[in-house]
Amino acid sequence: MKIRATQAIMECLLEQEVDTIFGYPGGTILNLYNEMYDYQDKIKHVLTAHEQGAAHAADGYARSTGKVGVCFATSGPGATNLTTGIATAYLDSSPVVFITCNVSESLLGKDAFQEVDSTGIAMPITKATFLVRDAQQIPDVMRQAFAVAGNGRPGPVMIDFLKNVTAADQMIDYEFIPWQKNRECDSIRTLNPTNRMEEPVIHQQDIDILLDMIAEAKKPMLICGGGVIRGKAHKEFRTFAERMDAPVAITVMGGGGFPGDHPLTTGMIGMHGSRASNVAVDECDLLIAIGCRFSDRVALDPATFAKQAKIVQVDIDRAEIDKNVLTDHHIVGHAKRVLAAINEKLPQYDHSQWKSYILPMRAPSVAAPSEKLTPQQVMEVIRTTAPRDTIVATDVGQHQMWSIKYLHFDYPGQLLTSGGFGTMGFGLGAAIGAQMGNPDKRVVHVTGDGCFRMNCHELCTVQHYGLPTITVVFNNGTLGMVRQWQTLIYQQRYSATTLDRGPDFVKLAEAYGLKGYRATTREEMQDAFQQALDCGCGAVIDCVLDIDEMVRPMVAADSPITKFLLE
Amino acid sequence: MKKEFNMERKLYTLCILVDDVPGVLSQVARLFSRKGYNIESIVSGATDRPGITRISIEILADELMLDQVAAQCRKLLPVKAVKILDGESCIRRETALIKVGVSDRNSRDEVIQLVNIFHAKVIDVAKDALTIWVFGSPSKNTALIEMLEDFGILEIAKTGTIAIERGRSTIYDNNKLREEYEYGKHVL
Repeated sequence: MKIRATQAIMECLLEQEVDTIFGYPGGTILNLYNEMYDYQDKIKHVLTAHEQGAAHAADGYARSTGKVGVCFATSGPGATNLTTGIATAYLDSSPVVFITCNVSESLLGKDAFQEVDSTGIAMPITKATFLVRDAQQIPDVMRQAFAVAGNGRPGPVMIDFLKNVTAADQMIDYEFIPWQKNRECDSIRTLNPTNRMEEPVIHQQDIDILLDMIAEAKKPMLICGGGVIRGKAHKEFRTFAERMDAPVAITVMGGGGFPGDHPLTTGMIGMHGSRASNVAVDECDLLIAIGCRFSDRVALDPATFAKQAKIVQVDIDRAEIDKNVLTDHHIVGHAKRVLAAINEKLPQYDHSQWKSYILPMRAPSVAAPSEKLTPQQVMEVIRTTAPRDTIVATDVGQHQMWSIKYLHFDYPGQLLTSGGFGTMGFGLGAAIGAQMGNPDKRVVHVTGDGCFRMNCHELCTVQHYGLPTITVVFNNGTLGMVRQWQTLIYQQRYSATTLDRGPDFVKLAEAYGLKGYRATTREEMQDAFQQALDCGCGAVIDCVLDIDEMVRPMVAADSPITKFLLE
Repeated sequence: MKKEFNMERKLYTLCILVDDVPGVLSQVARLFSRKGYNIESIVSGATDRPGITRISIEILADELMLDQVAAQCRKLLPVKAVKILDGESCIRRETALIKVGVSDRNSRDEVIQLVNIFHAKVIDVAKDALTIWVFGSPSKNTALIEMLEDFGILEIAKTGTIAIERGRSTIYDNNKLREEYEYGKHVL
């Protein structure tokens, strides 16, 4: 059947069961938006205030639903505005297909209006880029892009269509093939390294070696990383941990991979890791990391990291093995499958002695009473008042660390945070995406006053689409995490971190047509949060906090993991 | 057992098989610049298999550095295989076209003699210049170029080094490492 090229693009999205697109139109992508006009009843387009917001929203949608996110933008500034969002998705292995259009073939490379080498810019921050110069390629490229983004180690993909490819007179041969079946197409088969459309097999020998190592270990320790989340291996991980009877540290990206209030959890690990996690890593004799790449925020000093332990790394990406920390054994494979294979033969262990040494080091989980509102109190209100399955999107900095420390996450996709790239301004976009993808769940966006300023214009998106998203601003009048470093490492020289300026976030919320609240005590916070939950629209709660609140504990960068700078 | 690396810097050749797709060469080359590694030479050419290109990159590195960059390279989707070759395990060749200025008959004769000793060839003759084609190991070519410098080299066009493993084993051979890289790229 011959159809228009743009129609084929939309049909290919339907093949992949895409129901929501985040984006922003512009000159070169007009043809595609024109086509989309006819697909309004099948695909919902969410118009954000800025392309970066759209990119984060598509990312948040992908992380929270496990589906591939889709984001549209125009050429030039549209594409460059996406880049922060693309890099954020790339560093956290989030599957998003970014679709941009570029100038026509005749103008390509001539510095035309709004022209930029989009695929060239996106190359180092994507799994794959496609520049489409021939309309006939559309079905193949679209199917390949989705297959690449969502499989193996997930990640963002960019497709850049030249404007002439999307012209109304471009007709192509097209047949609708649902995604399960389009995997049989030659174009996808050739992508598969083996040309066989089957999952690579895990080497049983590798599993057996690990089982032997486990049997020998007296003081084992587990790390739950982002791979458990992307692989949706939380159930298998839980069985594994309980049989191992070993303390479990959860990385920032691993939040939701293992219940935060489980008796084996030692909490976060690394720079702001709990004493229990960091001491356990330092003293264990076997460290098994699942889907964790030992970033410099976890293994601050690779040379002394887990120095007494045999280190075992399980990861889907072979390039992560021995990258940051040298390992004694590794298993390459999908976390869910590897863990299932281990669990099959793993007996129940008892490490009570080791546990009774490590677990009491965990910090008390109840906030100390205080006249002034404290970060822990804010978190406690959220934890106890919001439904248990509430999705939390954070920005980056102190509030992010507090969120992970004090809130508990039960399932993959419950915590949305920019762990790898550390993108300030990620949270609100991600929250919008998550709310779009999970209309039945509550979404709370936790942010700081610095981060919120970066993308607070997306409140108009929250208002327009009637999203009941709640933004909780940790307003301490400073770039808290940077100030914390300045306090501890830079002799209190607060260079350019004090945010003694507007806006009034309550008025800002109201200006956008949302509810605004301010909280200065725990009681006010409790009231405000309850009202926000009940108000039926988006809300912003401005939590007034002390400027000198710090994230505790803290280990300085490059230091041995138990050398606490701050207890 | 943790892996141990030889930290002595030496010349390695990375042979990389890639799908012949647009931008693949820059995708591969970019990895080296990202890490701040200097590429000594790079050659790209067709193979016996349609749609597959072989890129040979020469790099001065220690084993740890090399391992990291090879890993990043292997994980790229269009990369099918990477083989790390060092001096002992492989045969390395390069080719060069050298234009030498010859002012008189004597110097021309001398140049031609040198060319014969090195099993090179004169492929273009003019009254005042000779163009020489030489093919051989990098050290042989360098030696010839050094000898010719006395006569005045006008221009050199040189390829990078290509390399191939000695014996029966090939870059296409399957091994566990190669399989392991497929997990991260697999498409279902």
